[in-house]
Amino acid sequence: MLIFVIRRIGTMALTMLVVSILLFLLLELQPGNVAIKVLGPYSSEEQRNLWLEANGYFEPVYQRYLSWLLNFVTGDFGDSVRFKVPVGEILWPRLANTGILAAATLAVVVPISLLLGVLAGMREGSKLDRTISVGSIITTSIPEFASAPLLGAIFVFWLGWLPGTSGMIDGFDPLQLILPVMVLALYDFGYVTRMTRASMAEVMMTHYIRTAVLKGLPYRVVIMKHALRNALIAPFTVIMLQINWLLSGVIVVEFFFAYKGFGALLLEASLNQDIFMIEACAMVAVFVAVATQTIADLGYTYLNPRIRFS
Amino acid sequence: MAVETQDVPRRESALLRTVKGIALIRESAVGVIGLSIIVFWVLVALLADVIAPFPPNQNYVPLATPLTPTPDGTGMFWLGTDLQGRDILSRIIHGSRKVLMLAPLATLCAYAVGIPMGLAAGYKRGWVDDVLSFLSNVILSFPILVLYVIIIATVGSSAINILLAVTFASAPGIMRIVRGLVLDLRNREYVFAAETRGEPAWRIMLIEILPNARGPLIVDACLRVGYVIITIGVLGFLGLGLPPPDPDWGGMINEFRVMSMSFPHMTVFPCLAISSLVLGFNLLADGLREVSLRD
Repeated sequence: MLIFVIRRIGTMALTMLVVSILLFLLLELQPGNVAIKVLGPYSSEEQRNLWLEANGYFEPVYQRYLSWLLNFVTGDFGDSVRFKVPVGEILWPRLANTGILAAATLAVVVPISLLLGVLAGMREGSKLDRTISVGSIITTSIPEFASAPLLGAIFVFWLGWLPGTSGMIDGFDPLQLILPVMVLALYDFGYVTRMTRASMAEVMMTHYIRTAVLKGLPYRVVIMKHALRNALIAPFTVIMLQINWLLSGVIVVEFFFAYKGFGALLLEASLNQDIFMIEACAMVAVFVAVATQTIADLGYTYLNPRIRFS
Repeated sequence: MAVETQDVPRRESALLRTVKGIALIRESAVGVIGLSIIVFWVLVALLADVIAPFPPNQNYVPLATPLTPTPDGTGMFWLGTDLQGRDILSRIIHGSRKVLMLAPLATLCAYAVGIPMGLAAGYKRGWVDDVLSFLSNVILSFPILVLYVIIIATVGSSAINILLAVTFASAPGIMRIVRGLVLDLRNREYVFAAETRGEPAWRIMLIEILPNARGPLIVDACLRVGYVIITIGVLGFLGLGLPPPDPDWGGMINEFRVMSMSFPHMTVFPCLAISSLVLGFNLLADGLREVSLRD
């Protein structure tokens, strides 16, 4: 098990390394472009050369990459071109805001999708199963950028129940969190539901469940004590991997509702060519994605005794 | 002595069998609904010039609500007009063209790259597999939209760049699926037979293995077209999509998103259009899967 953990973390580090090389090549291969982004399109050739010289951009690519990587690992992401302050000062508070949004979304998605998935998978092919399955296909077909205006039209325009933006200008307001969470949850729960259903349906076909039913146990006991424990292993992985999708979703939702989070920051940085901010945001996003994936793998191994003891 | 020969009925061609297999979709209600939605939008796109009541970029009365008659009383703005007075129904009808051309094309490109990679990784194994699998894992570890935003913001937004970005981001996923299928199929007897006959590797991969992997791939392709439609839409929505003024559904939502709480008709209808098209592909995929699992 320990060897497996070490190997998995090693893979994670290697993935991050390759991602960093890709990013570096995409954004910084040509020093001239970096200078234009940092100094603006109206800077003179002379200014750009001075800046490049001062920041060591005339050194060979691999050397530049190594020093860039070293700075990155030690937490020095450079200065934001747009905000003129160190990237970290802006990045971390924004990331915390997104953490709140993501946590609230998962708190809604996990119970609902597990419940619906188990109900649907309990009796495969039943009317309830078909209803839940088709319902989850419909909700996953409405992308976040479409459900945001649709839900906005319903709850803000027609009903007038909720605020239409989530800028949190007068301090934290849970009411402003409802619509973004609804949009994210609506899109995400369908997939987890379908995966839970598939896992549950598979467990219900096994011999030990048949034995439990045949020996006369009440159906409720069969489900609660025998089926659920095994059926919920696979959804655990799916939920962890869902965080990767959430990171995409928050870009759309934060942009639409003007929520001051990490997704909106990444988008603004990209639109404004705020190069060091893009790099930092991208690395953080990939780190979160890869870390949750690793945890999912380790968790799955731990939860599944057939793998754990082999 | 005459050798008795028996007439073996000729097998139908693989293509015909595939078509017949897909035609089974009529047995799945969900699949039929999905297919009808897609056919509806394809017809709308083909006949856009005929059925659109107004030219898509012509300015009339701004901010007309749905079902407003035109000023001269001869026509009707069925879905209203936008801030610049353009008829929303006509813009949605014309916008269907872009997405229905670009999405299948981009999916096709992604398959053209992903299938050979998957075949090579699954059949050759060894270091080819290790390298390709690792690289695809790296790309798949990006949150997908983060990848798109960074690529498009760096290389600029155009139809061809969107196509390339979709290919780059989707090919690894396709490779993974193809590889899984090949790992299963490469141990079949007909593959051993072909190897014994001395057929070259490319022939075994393309002629023996690939056609037998088509079932799951067709289902995956339907789902993937849906994702690509969402991708094109979301790029338009984030302001990284195709340049104006020609209508594009995601762009239409983006243009008036700030007013969507006060004049929802400008954004609600493009939202419904794009959701229904994605739903069509998802239902079709579900129907195909249901039908293919039956036998």
